[in-house]
Amino acid sequence: MIPASFDYSAPETLSEALQLLGDEEAKVLAGGQSLIPMLKLRLAQPARLVDLDRIPDLNFIAEDNGTIRIGAMTTHHQVESSDLLAEKCPLLAKTAGHIGDVQVRNRGTIGGSVAHADPAADYPAALLALEAQVKLVSASGERVVALDEFLVDALTTSLEDGEILTEVHVPVEQEGVATAYRTLIQPASGFAIVGAAVRLGVSNGNVSFVRVALTGVGPNPYRASAVEEALEGGPANAEAFAAAAAHAAEGVDVLSDIHASAAYRASLAAVQTRRALEDAAGSA
Amino acid sequence: MDISVTVNDERFERSVEPRRLLVHFLREDLGLTGTHIGCETTVCGACTVMLEGRTVKSCTVLAVQADGKEITTIEGMASNGELHAVQEAFWNEHGLQCGFCTPGMIMSVDQLLNDQPSPTKDEIRHGIEGNLCRCTGYQHIVNAVEAAAKAKAGA
Repeated sequence: MIPASFDYSAPETLSEALQLLGDEEAKVLAGGQSLIPMLKLRLAQPARLVDLDRIPDLNFIAEDNGTIRIGAMTTHHQVESSDLLAEKCPLLAKTAGHIGDVQVRNRGTIGGSVAHADPAADYPAALLALEAQVKLVSASGERVVALDEFLVDALTTSLEDGEILTEVHVPVEQEGVATAYRTLIQPASGFAIVGAAVRLGVSNGNVSFVRVALTGVGPNPYRASAVEEALEGGPANAEAFAAAAAHAAEGVDVLSDIHASAAYRASLAAVQTRRALEDAAGSA
Repeated sequence: MDISVTVNDERFERSVEPRRLLVHFLREDLGLTGTHIGCETTVCGACTVMLEGRTVKSCTVLAVQADGKEITTIEGMASNGELHAVQEAFWNEHGLQCGFCTPGMIMSVDQLLNDQPSPTKDEIRHGIEGNLCRCTGYQHIVNAVEAAAKAKAGA
């Protein structure tokens, strides 16, 4: 379990990091909780690691005009225990608390997790439900991309060579919208077999706002539009939740592996979605 | 690459390959074999140490990432010949059988009690979710954590 040899740089500014990324087979190292296991298994053998840990301006949580900006190197523990997020974007804070275990949350980062794009990672469910955006910086400029455009396929994003993901943007949660995250984990790894994130607004007994996103079900985390459409404007009760949740894996190429067959996973997607809807309704 | 790491308040300067894992650096380069290697896959928590005051799995950190930083290992817990309150509680409550997971477990419990001085049983189990014990069934470990919390509150 020893990685192949590589060179290592720990730049202290972003521009230095971008320069280092430009010239060879280099890979960004954030918290390392996915990359280092991949290096040890030799699934990844980069010539150089560019460690972002010493760049001070990549670790922050700040609110700006209704948007909360989170620096890429902010750890899951910092997200989980942020007072700002607990108050203004509770879905993200509670989702962070589900990731891996305590030690992994102390080390793993939001930018690393999103850029790695593991199809069973917890964050994407919450971030898709929140319609999050990511900021990508390169030597020639920067762009802000919606997360659903950023996530292309399992472990594949639209990040281009020489680009670094520097920030994740989420909205301040709307008044009257309650949230929940439900997951069934694979107990050894802590990864979600299925995770469902819900944002739900109810007015006069009817669903006035709903966002549902799932992770672990298919090759890519996704917004469950069919569930949202089934609920929008209709009654917010257990029957409606169950009926809508049945659409959770609709149109998805459901994964099958040693932990869960495709049929079981699809069924779990519906169950976790229903429970997350009920949790959100119960806390509204 | 030359690195300088403070471990248990003592500064060590060594030259390491960038691929050197922190756990191998601690055990082989510094001779601190109290930190154990269990699964080497970020699962079992036997290699848990504190890096800048937070627990990490040292099989999943590179030694070069610890350059200039502070580490506490199990060897740094007792002071002046007195066991740390968490160690004392594990001893009194039989919070171990074979002892292989214990160094990592104690580091995690120390952080847990720093974050939450009087945790419930559920909070204790959540706090040690990253540390596997294959002997005890965890019951005596949970008892030990409760005893340590009481001892620290009374101290």
